[in-house]
Amino acid sequence: MRYRRRRQRETAKEVVVPDDATYVEFEGVSKTYDGVTPVVDGLDLQVHKGEFLTLLGPSGSGKTTCLMMLAGFEAPTAGAIRIRGRPIGDLPPRKRGIGMVFQNYALFPHLTVGQNLSFPLEVRRVDPEDTRKRVARALGLVRLEGYENRKTTQLSGGQQQRVAIARALVFEPDLVLMDEPLGALDRRLREEMQYEIRRIQRTLGITCIYVTHDQQEAMVLSDRVAVFHDGRLQQIATPEGLYEEPMRNFVARFIGENNRLSGRIENIDGAVCDVRVGDTVIRALRVVPGEVGDLTTLSIRPERVGLAPEPGLFANEFEARVEDLTFLGDHLRVVVSVLGADDFIVKIPNVVGHGAVIPGDRVRIGWTPTDCRALDHKPESTEP
Amino acid sequence: MTERPAVGPPARTRLRAAGLTLPLVAFVGFSFLFPLGTMLSRSVYDPLVADALPETLALLEEWDGETLPGEPVFAAAARELETALEGRLAGRLGGRVNRVASGMRSVIVRGARAAAEAPAATARETLMVGDPAWGEPATWRAIRTAGERFTVRHYLRALDLDRDAGGSIVRQPEELRIYVPLLLRTLMVSGAVTLLCLLLGYPIAHLIANAPPRRARWLILLVLVPFWTSLLVRTTAWIVLLQTHGVVNSLLVALGIVADDGRIAMIYNMTGTLVAMTHVLLPFMVLPLYSVMRTIPSHFMRAASSLGANRRQSFFRVYWPLTLPGTAAGSLLVFILAIGYYITPALVGGSSGQLFSNMIAFHMQTSLNWGLAAALGGILFVVVGALYVVYDRLVGASSLKLG
Repeated sequence: MRYRRRRQRETAKEVVVPDDATYVEFEGVSKTYDGVTPVVDGLDLQVHKGEFLTLLGPSGSGKTTCLMMLAGFEAPTAGAIRIRGRPIGDLPPRKRGIGMVFQNYALFPHLTVGQNLSFPLEVRRVDPEDTRKRVARALGLVRLEGYENRKTTQLSGGQQQRVAIARALVFEPDLVLMDEPLGALDRRLREEMQYEIRRIQRTLGITCIYVTHDQQEAMVLSDRVAVFHDGRLQQIATPEGLYEEPMRNFVARFIGENNRLSGRIENIDGAVCDVRVGDTVIRALRVVPGEVGDLTTLSIRPERVGLAPEPGLFANEFEARVEDLTFLGDHLRVVVSVLGADDFIVKIPNVVGHGAVIPGDRVRIGWTPTDCRALDHKPESTEP
Repeated sequence: MTERPAVGPPARTRLRAAGLTLPLVAFVGFSFLFPLGTMLSRSVYDPLVADALPETLALLEEWDGETLPGEPVFAAAARELETALEGRLAGRLGGRVNRVASGMRSVIVRGARAAAEAPAATARETLMVGDPAWGEPATWRAIRTAGERFTVRHYLRALDLDRDAGGSIVRQPEELRIYVPLLLRTLMVSGAVTLLCLLLGYPIAHLIANAPPRRARWLILLVLVPFWTSLLVRTTAWIVLLQTHGVVNSLLVALGIVADDGRIAMIYNMTGTLVAMTHVLLPFMVLPLYSVMRTIPSHFMRAASSLGANRRQSFFRVYWPLTLPGTAAGSLLVFILAIGYYITPALVGGSSGQLFSNMIAFHMQTSLNWGLAAALGGILFVVVGALYVVYDRLVGASSLKLG
């Protein structure tokens, strides 16, 4: 708990930076290795103090490069990165005071757990007594009390992960970066560690920037998620915001399951529009600022589709044919063919009388215009 | 991966597989263990005198060593020397006794000739006519010592020790001590060569290990090409470069750094030995270092710098300790090779740059004192073995990464 007291004292000293102010800022940051292909392209991003922000995206989307530029291992080709308003371009990594957890932990194999943890303190010339106390406290934080004299090679993957986190925290940085730290762990352990990381971040009130390609992990951990694709920031929002209100086709596909229908905007009516798919017209929420005649992709979450609804309940209602049906305990997953698509998914909660259907049945399905978002149109090849 | 129960192949198959190693086992036995054993046995076992003079030596056992032995001893010696002369053994016999006390070769040979050609009334007179030294107890003591079938005197010689008249072990007078100072010098040269190789090889290995794969292949080739080049060619190249009117000296004179009559002696001395040996042994340092450095992921250094370490701290606290297995392997390899190095010092070492092995070669080829050569070799063997044990205690042999 001394961490928190100490941190409060520091913030009190620096009145210029209130708690909700921008802590890290990327402004027009670009990175290219060959001068042609951008790895990161014109990134503008603000990270608030005390926030848990996840950079989410498929491999090659530029998220790790962003983290490496912030840590100081890569230099941006253009743009500026600021911490507390101060540009850090000229600072070497060791002077940035950022704690970093690496993908493969990067624990020094020739040192014990205790020596690994005291390393950042010893290079800062903290006196031995204080070092010992701080190491013990950091180990307590990750629930590895008394592991000081273990060899890091004798630890399990989860334990190594905890040591790596403790080492990134032991010198009390205000900002911690984590580069896919749970990638090497099995699923059960990963879930346990997600909870641990969240608990530690909240306890210490530190700012944390986390990189992952696992959207579930991003949802569980983050205050906000920044979705990357092809070196560009697609959308930054809370996990709920990303799921409920994806602003781009890629985000809708990458976060959760969705049904996609391609069509052309036929009529615009304020916030909604009519989209022609085949020879049917669908009423949808107009998210992309397109013109009449533009191609668009409609995104409909499977659980927002009603199966055999009361007639007239939804503005969009269509005849569908049940193709396949899977019972998944809490819900029923029905694959239907409708509007030229044969893989349209409908999820029905497992409640009494959910309306038993069998493959081959003809049913009506429907959804409201607000659950049907007209997004940008992208060719299918950019599948995540 | 599923764990399979550990069931080995059937006994027949295993036997057949073991049979494949037989040629190697036979080869190693024939070309390594057998010569090693015979040479080492020569250092303690020398039956020539004992076989040639069995009766004399048997009689000498009763002798007090102070007075002159009695007539039966002379008679036996005269008879056996005559046989030795007929068997053309007298010269070699003399040579063996000569190693115990110098001057004995002619005493033995003349005695043998006298016994064969001019027998006098008594055997004692016969031998003393051949050489008056037969009348001195020292001659008989030398014969008795040389007649020991199993002996440590080669090792005493190799360690600059001797037996005094009373038989107790004493150090040789200072001006006669050769081998121990030479061994110490060899150890020092090997240490210096190892250090030079480490200082030169460490940055090279680091450069190769961290270069992009294409360039790394070229760089490793640059290390290997000299490695594949004949040792003689490389050593001779150093002669061309370093001799008095060689490339380096001429360049220094041309640049006005050295006067024409003050050319530096860089070869046929210790400098030549050091330079050429360091060059020849450098790949043995670079290759183990490189193979260890290649396995050190770059994120260790990134982690160190993100934790606040500067370059010096990252190197000495993270990188250097992680390269220790390679450093230790390379150093051990270079040191052990250097300690037994022969050709290079022989070619470019002059008189001051000769090492222990050159002395062994001298006793093998020139003085033909194989017993002493074997004893010197045995000492080298023990020193290297001891070094390995020390290394094993300090670092652990299992951590050796030889490439």
